[in-house]
Amino acid sequence: MGVATRESYAKVLVSDLSQNPNVVVLDADLGNATKSAAFKKAAPERYFDMGIAEQDMMGTAAGLAACGKIPIASTFAMFAAGRAFEQIRNSIAYPKLNVKIAATHAGVTVGEDGGSHQAIEDISLMRSIPNMTVINPADGKEAEEALKAAVQYYGPVYIRLGRATVPDLHGDNYQFNWGKGEVLREGKDVGIIATGIMVAKALAAAEKLSEQGIEARVVNIHTIKPIDEALLIETAKLTGKVVTAEEHSVIGGLGSAVSEVLSRQQPVKMAMVGVQDTFGCSGSPEDLLTKFHLQAEDIIVAVKSLD
Amino acid sequence: MEINELKKTAQSIRINIVKMLAEAKSGHPGGSLSMTDILTVLYFDQMKIDVKDPKAKDRDRLVLSKGHGAPGLYATLAQRGFFPQSELMLLRKCGAMLQGHPDMKNTPGVDMSTGSLGQGLSAANGMALAGKLDKADYRVYAIVGDGEIQEGQFWEAAMSSAHYKLDNVTLFVDHNGLQIDGSNDEVMGVNPIPEKLRAFGWQVLEIDGHDHEQIQAAIVFAKKVQGRPVAIVAETVKGKGVSFMENQVGWHGKAPNAEQCAQAVEELERGAK
Repeated sequence: MGVATRESYAKVLVSDLSQNPNVVVLDADLGNATKSAAFKKAAPERYFDMGIAEQDMMGTAAGLAACGKIPIASTFAMFAAGRAFEQIRNSIAYPKLNVKIAATHAGVTVGEDGGSHQAIEDISLMRSIPNMTVINPADGKEAEEALKAAVQYYGPVYIRLGRATVPDLHGDNYQFNWGKGEVLREGKDVGIIATGIMVAKALAAAEKLSEQGIEARVVNIHTIKPIDEALLIETAKLTGKVVTAEEHSVIGGLGSAVSEVLSRQQPVKMAMVGVQDTFGCSGSPEDLLTKFHLQAEDIIVAVKSLD
Repeated sequence: MEINELKKTAQSIRINIVKMLAEAKSGHPGGSLSMTDILTVLYFDQMKIDVKDPKAKDRDRLVLSKGHGAPGLYATLAQRGFFPQSELMLLRKCGAMLQGHPDMKNTPGVDMSTGSLGQGLSAANGMALAGKLDKADYRVYAIVGDGEIQEGQFWEAAMSSAHYKLDNVTLFVDHNGLQIDGSNDEVMGVNPIPEKLRAFGWQVLEIDGHDHEQIQAAIVFAKKVQGRPVAIVAETVKGKGVSFMENQVGWHGKAPNAEQCAQAVEELERGAK
């Protein structure tokens, strides 16, 4: 079983967030794709379609937040983090306004729409902005809980959501711990630190490695900023080598964030699974994950490269 | 406030603008002086504000989209009593409250952080939408520069104001005709501004942006318009009130030296009488 995290976004908008009178949702003519249109049915007076104008949408969200609303601004990750970067930086993060950015269609699993629509730089862009929190849920349940937690938190948050279905990793009782990583499998031979859809791939890789006598500790980092430094250091100490895995460029994303911590505090050999400084292209999500070396087999290759 | 008093207040604000810029040794006099009369009428006559409660939920708000005009806004807010005038002389200094461009986090009376051009009307629209949702009767004012409206986001926002029928938004266009590299016409034509805004669904008034009675009447009129936003295109003089700065492109972003400051203050004091 599994679900796309954008579907979880729709679910929690209706079940939970529509009950909060301060929550307003903005979209830029993609409500049916991002799934924020679900909120339009639940609370039409608090849903604003801003047209194909992401920069204006971010600025409008900032103004709503300045008057006590909790705006959730939604569009594709490319147009949120990319096109409206400077509006997010200057109108939202600089004044630390309480805007949540729900960015869907992140990474290469956008699929057939191709490289122009596949944001592989958004984590890098967003985590470089002061005051910004960056969350990349691994499955539907985590996406739901992260969204609820983001609305409870005061300050700008970027939540990265996907188009493609991902397997369920968490049960109904899952508790989202803000800023805390999660150990999903214990092992002391290697640490696999993954985020988003790559967490499931990391678990699959660990399963196969175990059959070969290599026990991997698998860590899910849903909150990339602020990152759980203590857990990263503990994992590096325990395993002595670390592989990061993300559906994002290896420049500036999770791999960079982990190495920023470990290189200073617990240097170990590292390998990074991610998009290697290249643009995406059209194809089915699975074909693209294979093409860009984002499969469980690629994590295994990376683990063995550290021997 | 009486028109005569408004006039004196505006000159007093202008004197502080010149002095604080001379002290800071950098900043933007031209566009601060061109909108001083608009700010004076807003803050001393028209806006519903309480200096003792600068974050009051039902207050009127102002977004200075042309954030480089910060000295004009700061001098007005200090004159109105939001913070001590002594702060003005610390403008742009490391550790000071008054940043080079408005920072809402630290400055009482500043309703939105601005500085990167073209973003302010979007924020004003958001504030206005919040007001509509809350059935609050506060009004939101935005001031943009004429060069600033070369930014595409301004027109996205102008569409949104009309689309959402934001009759609680009043936009001032400080039309002094000049920007950093030259006149608007030389750099990138923006005219005719009133016709463009009308085509975007706005009610547009055209006034002399230095005539306090006209500014007052335009704001009063805008408060009564229902179902659409109102833009007040104010014809202004960049550097207004200081003879050697008036209509001079070179005074967009240059601070006066001590001698120039003294001459400017002398002229403005004479003008206030």
